[in-house]
Amino acid sequence: MTTQATGLPVQLTDQRRGAGIAALVIGLFLIFGVGLSHIAAAHNAAHDTRHAIGFPCH
Amino acid sequence: MIGRVILAALLAGVAAGFIMGVIQHFKLTPLILEAEVFETAGGAGHSHETGPAIAGADEPEEWNPEGGWERTFYTTAASMLAGAGFAAVLVGIALLSGIPLTARNGLLWGLAGFISVNLAPAMGLSPELPGMPAGDLLARQIWWIGTIVATGIGIYLFAIRRQPWAIAVGIALIIAPHLIGAPQPPTHESGVPAGLAAQFAANSLAAAAAFWCVIGVFSGLALDRTAKGVWAT
Repeated sequence: MTTQATGLPVQLTDQRRGAGIAALVIGLFLIFGVGLSHIAAAHNAAHDTRHAIGFPCH
Repeated sequence: MIGRVILAALLAGVAAGFIMGVIQHFKLTPLILEAEVFETAGGAGHSHETGPAIAGADEPEEWNPEGGWERTFYTTAASMLAGAGFAAVLVGIALLSGIPLTARNGLLWGLAGFISVNLAPAMGLSPELPGMPAGDLLARQIWWIGTIVATGIGIYLFAIRRQPWAIAVGIALIIAPHLIGAPQPPTHESGVPAGLAAQFAANSLAAAAAFWCVIGVFSGLALDRTAKGVWAT
């Protein structure tokens, strides 16, 4: 990688980018499942947590 | 490296979520249970309540956790999964942006998360109890996600970028969702006592602040152990 990451504090390496994308995708998937999914079972199991964390609910 | 980093981030979030679960058990769930008494008494067009209190309601049979320990178990598990999700996203943003996330500055990362995910959306959609009236669910979810993304980018622009244009755009992004306005219910009339709702909103924000501080610090510790050299490369 020879791209000059202008303005960024450090240069982006392939490995860091791979880990970053994987972490982001897994994290968003988990948040969607717990907080936003309209599936009834997911809603009911996570009901109190959705209210507690302030996810839009019902 | 990738597997280790992600595993560490998820574990950091799970641990933070467990702490959140304990706070919920004492400061939030009791208020939800109290509100459900008013919710079922009012019975106004609410399609999927939780808990045994609605056993007699004439609704299609849906799976619900049993009240008591089973409900506590699912609530705590959900918080641990949410914590893992938030921690993974925080770590992902740090790795992709190249802004170091360490045990030393984890608290600041956590506060940025709290402001983006809880504080800013609360200005339009305050944390609500079951039984309180609300606008269309999908519209609220879209506004909620949009507010989080806009606030997060706004914080990045004026905390990291710092140039005058970035500060101006950042402030505009943070204000925009509130100018657009969150979807509101036709009326705020509700069987849930206002005092109970106010206490829940305050407790929820305080709990979320603690939750995010722990997420930030634990995520920093996780990256310190698994990806220490990554910021220099």
